[in-house]
Amino acid sequence: MTIFLAILQRFFYAGVLLVAVLVLNFSMLHLAPGDIADTIAQASGGADADVMEQIRKDYGLDQPFLVQLGKYIGGVLFSFDLGYSFFYNQPVTTLIFEKLPATLLLVFTAQILALVVGVLLGVYSARNPKGIVSYLVTFIALFGYAAPVFWTGILLLIAFSLKIPLFPVAGMYDVTVEGGFFVQVLNVGRHLILPVLTLASIFLALYSRLCRASMMEVLGSDYVRTAKAKGLSEREVVLKHALKNSMSPVVTLAGLQFSAVVSGAVLVETVYSWPGLGTLALQSIIARDTPTILGILFFSALVVIVGNLLTDIVLRMIDPRVASKA
Amino acid sequence: MRHFFKTLTLATALVSAVASVSVAADEPKKGGTLTMALQQTPRHLNPAVQSGTATGQPGTQLFASLLRYDHGWTPQPYLAESWNVSDDGLTVTVNLVKGATFHDGKPITSEDVAFSIDTVKANHPFKSMFAPVQSVETPDANTAVIKLSKPHPALLLAMSSQLLSIIPKHVYGDGQDPKKHPQNSENVVGSGPFKLVEFKRDQHVILERYDGFFMKGRPHLDKIVMRIIKDESARTIALESGELLVSGFEQNPRDLNRMKKNANLDVNNSGYAAIGPVNWVAFNTKDGKTSDVKVRQAIAYAIDRNFILKALMLGTIGASKTGIHPGSPFYNDGVEAYDLDLEKANKLLDDAGYKKGGDGMRFKLSIDYGWPAMKPFAEYVKPALKKIGIDVTVRSSADFPTWAKRISTHDFEMTMDNVFNWGDPVIGVHRTYNSKNIKKGVIWSNTQQYSNARVDELMDLAGATNDLEERKKYYAEMQVILAEELPLYPLFPSPYHTVSNKKVMNAPNSIWGTSSPLDNVWLK
Repeated sequence: MTIFLAILQRFFYAGVLLVAVLVLNFSMLHLAPGDIADTIAQASGGADADVMEQIRKDYGLDQPFLVQLGKYIGGVLFSFDLGYSFFYNQPVTTLIFEKLPATLLLVFTAQILALVVGVLLGVYSARNPKGIVSYLVTFIALFGYAAPVFWTGILLLIAFSLKIPLFPVAGMYDVTVEGGFFVQVLNVGRHLILPVLTLASIFLALYSRLCRASMMEVLGSDYVRTAKAKGLSEREVVLKHALKNSMSPVVTLAGLQFSAVVSGAVLVETVYSWPGLGTLALQSIIARDTPTILGILFFSALVVIVGNLLTDIVLRMIDPRVASKA
Repeated sequence: MRHFFKTLTLATALVSAVASVSVAADEPKKGGTLTMALQQTPRHLNPAVQSGTATGQPGTQLFASLLRYDHGWTPQPYLAESWNVSDDGLTVTVNLVKGATFHDGKPITSEDVAFSIDTVKANHPFKSMFAPVQSVETPDANTAVIKLSKPHPALLLAMSSQLLSIIPKHVYGDGQDPKKHPQNSENVVGSGPFKLVEFKRDQHVILERYDGFFMKGRPHLDKIVMRIIKDESARTIALESGELLVSGFEQNPRDLNRMKKNANLDVNNSGYAAIGPVNWVAFNTKDGKTSDVKVRQAIAYAIDRNFILKALMLGTIGASKTGIHPGSPFYNDGVEAYDLDLEKANKLLDDAGYKKGGDGMRFKLSIDYGWPAMKPFAEYVKPALKKIGIDVTVRSSADFPTWAKRISTHDFEMTMDNVFNWGDPVIGVHRTYNSKNIKKGVIWSNTQQYSNARVDELMDLAGATNDLEERKKYYAEMQVILAEELPLYPLFPSPYHTVSNKKVMNAPNSIWGTSSPLDNVWLK
């Protein structure tokens, strides 16, 4: 029962947080000099004064700030209407739902890959802390964490698209490929590999380092010695006793990092022309397309909140102490 | 001697015969898919109500215009089979190709031409294109008569490429706001060589051959896939790996030089003269120290254009001494170029009354830039002007609108800028210098607040006659005055290049670059 109450409470906070995100961002965007009329003039290579006036009028930008804010928040709260994109003349929700699946695919695949491989490497190097592999893992981890995402991205592109042409350079699928479901899955898969590797490389580093440290701590504790003394095999000790306990910091971090994965996706999507929320976000920030920016912030906040909620649930499952403390 | 000439003529004839044989062997091949890059996502695909090259590149495939231009500024028939400008310049008669149809099979008539001109006139951001058009008469289905209030030399260019898309009245004339018409991005009913299959924002525009296209045997290609790839390094890699076959408007010097070394790629800067992008340092001529012409001239003498061309542009482009693109027939190469001369610069500042202080400095100035590509030039100006005792602060803006607001409200001293000519000077050049176009809040108006009665007069004269030689004279004089008074110091045109795979035959090289119909392109 407590878990449901806790979740309900979370949902309430999440709702308040979402509205706060919207109001704050709306106000900040309003403070910035210039508006969509300038960016439309830019995209057009110039515009007349009356054309720009007309644009501002069309989008209600000539009204007082509070009226604009009230209209927007009212629309979101009472009719779940995120408004119309200034730049594309499309409902913001349509634009976002067009892009959301691509981002979710990228973010979740990368997060899962980073977690699984990170934990495996962490466990391995924790058991052989002085081995050459352990140092190698530390090196790769630090490298992945230190290298800027866009740089890693371009480097991978040069290596695996140009020098050894294994993967395509850009996009999510090749439109010239025709075929059934399976062919299309392969098509997307081929395009997915490099972006996922790039995005996962940063978080892989974090998780493997943390898992290594936490595992080493656990392996030194009394109950592990007891388990070994009982005569359990090394394998059983590590997998059944040590791993479960060393996982909670990793899972906590993974939850906290979820927002970082989403923001990292913006860079990765730009480098690989991955048609997700990131490219849309960048485009609408550059274009000062306020409704779209707010819509994306709304949805990213939502994704992060759901991610954190999932983390909480998983944590309660692997470590019952969390639930009893709450 | 006579014999020699005879032999020469014979030899030439032989050579040309051989040449024509080899051309015949290179018959255009039908079919194939052209993959091409777009650097930005278009807002939508209807150039009649959306300017800019992002819409122009797919837009010129979807919609035909009345005329098209070759790389030498000569108008060619396109949807207009022939055209005639009356002697007084007040009537332009256009005869349409017979049997031309829109993508839905309905005929293209003079009604549609009149509707298109009206729509562009009412909605396009470049008001000067069709401002003198009073009415378009349609005596019969294939004849449109454009009535003008004064001779309008920009009209022919304004009838080409993306500036005048012929759109169907029966679709876009249904009473909806054409700027927000749903069929601007889907179910587009065009008049051009290719029709729309799919437009996915931030991903691609897929076009396929329109079999009913009015030019016999065109287009050659089956399909064009325009992929939106904003990252220039990714585009370069995709061109090198053959994933992309064509990309227009490429201008990163390092990437261009790298691709020039690639044996599979053709890197060509022919074309783009009508787009006419010129980079310059603009001055606030009304307020502060830069209101003194001597200060502006001193700054020009201290900025080493050749250094910029060599070190920053890596030799990918030449100089532009005036605000008119060097590829334009109106460009005047004979004006003062302000080659590096620190002595002259120092003397000008002394004469202007700004003596060097104890620390060798005279006064402070700021320079703005509006987007990342402009940063290196703004940064170069700082050390360059330090040599003549001007302490420059580089002021950056968070994004384009921030910069646009500062510049268009005249809150600046110097700024890097990049302004397009857009065909005829009447469309894209006059706006920068016309004293009637000092409009607060409008970027790329006369933000320098420059005003000179003679320049205004020269532009009025050049904008009201169809006599090319006379216009050249007016613009030549205007450029001399502007070089003397320097409301802005022109540096160089943007090094736009079309990069294409060697497989691509007849890659676009017209004055409109890749913003022109690709009906003649084919793949080897």
